[in-house]
Amino acid sequence: MKLSWWKIVTIVLLTYTVIGGLLMEVPRLPILNETIRNLYFHVPMWFSMIIQMLVGTVYAIKYLKSSNTEHDLKSVEFTNAGILFGILGLLTGMLWAKFTWGDFWTGDPKLNATAVGMMFYMGYFVLRNSLQDAEQKARISGIYNIFIFPLFVALIFVLPRLTDSLHPGNGGNPGFNAYDLDSKLRLVFYPAVIGWILLGVWIATLKVRLRKAEDKILEKQEDSQRAIL
Amino acid sequence: MTSITKQIQTLVKKEFLLEWRERSALNGILLYTFSTVFVCYLSFNQQRVNLHPITWNTLFWIIQLFTAINGISKTFAQEQGGRFFFYYSLVSPLAVILSKIIYNSLLMVLVAMVGVGVYVFVMGNPVQDLPLFILNLFLGAIGFAATLTMIAGIASKSNNNSTLMAVLGFPTILPMILMLIKVSKNAMDGLDRGVSMDEIITILGIDAVVIAVSCLLFPYLWRS
Repeated sequence: MKLSWWKIVTIVLLTYTVIGGLLMEVPRLPILNETIRNLYFHVPMWFSMIIQMLVGTVYAIKYLKSSNTEHDLKSVEFTNAGILFGILGLLTGMLWAKFTWGDFWTGDPKLNATAVGMMFYMGYFVLRNSLQDAEQKARISGIYNIFIFPLFVALIFVLPRLTDSLHPGNGGNPGFNAYDLDSKLRLVFYPAVIGWILLGVWIATLKVRLRKAEDKILEKQEDSQRAIL
Repeated sequence: MTSITKQIQTLVKKEFLLEWRERSALNGILLYTFSTVFVCYLSFNQQRVNLHPITWNTLFWIIQLFTAINGISKTFAQEQGGRFFFYYSLVSPLAVILSKIIYNSLLMVLVAMVGVGVYVFVMGNPVQDLPLFILNLFLGAIGFAATLTMIAGIASKSNNNSTLMAVLGFPTILPMILMLIKVSKNAMDGLDRGVSMDEIITILGIDAVVIAVSCLLFPYLWRS
């Protein structure tokens, strides 16, 4: 088994994130205490999610331009990976919220916005399943994917900034940079971001390969059945 | 460019003519608003004095939202079965989507005005800054029309149109409706208009993005 260089980088970075993130020294802050280590897991999930969704949208645009089914396949699988990271981001965030804000679900605008954002993308799959024709399915779901991406960005990046949020950098709160993202945190945070993004890409590309293999097997089965008949 | 504006004019005129001849859709939406408002009024047991301003505001926008989804989901109903091919040979897709958005905006403005009239009549009027409230209503009607027209186009391609319209429409309209509710609450409280500026700019921004993306994507939707 040979791995490409970026997969090795992913493994190294994520191993470093888990070990370094749990063992290295972190600043002692009131309320946050040790939960600050969640910074290496919760925040990169969002970076990774938005990158996967962006790649999914770019492939949807490419599909509309070329009608190449491979682009559609990639678009779907990257969007899927984006949703996975969105859900992971919500779960890690809920855990963090429990220990700092006192509740799993605080009704914070960013939480609600992300939940709605996930609904956008669940709708994407409902739409895909309700279309029969493969070509039409790819085209129309691609259109929807492109249509919702700017709305999704507005929903999770612009709107929470206009309302009061408990998150850093929103509703007048200073961003993490302003007071507590010191150089010790950066040492793990940046590698963690890159690591999680690469992991998302890895998952998506694996799924694409799996789907292609499944298609090929189906094709072969059909061929052999035809030969028997 | 002139040909596109001309095409849009013709298409909008066609929409109005068709609507005027049948009058089923418009009457349907108006009656829908009226009966929804009345159901809410009776469900609150006619105690309009006790209705909290926040409840008043939210209820109003939810009624508007449902009316919009119902009204706009019919947008592409008459374009089933080959009529698109007819248009295809005559006009540009840009003219089709823009004319639909313009027509739906006008329709929604009309319905919203009637809706707010009925609503204020039965539920009381706690609004202090009426011009801002009406302006916000305009923005909302146009925003609903812009977002939902494209969703209606997407949903019309599948066979469970009404479910998809709701499933795809509610989340996509949410960023818009949050801003609208905030501005209309500001208008109700009679706050200084400068306070609502950020939200109004955001609404206009979302409108612009949605219309631009619709124009870019509709040619592809049309072809399928």
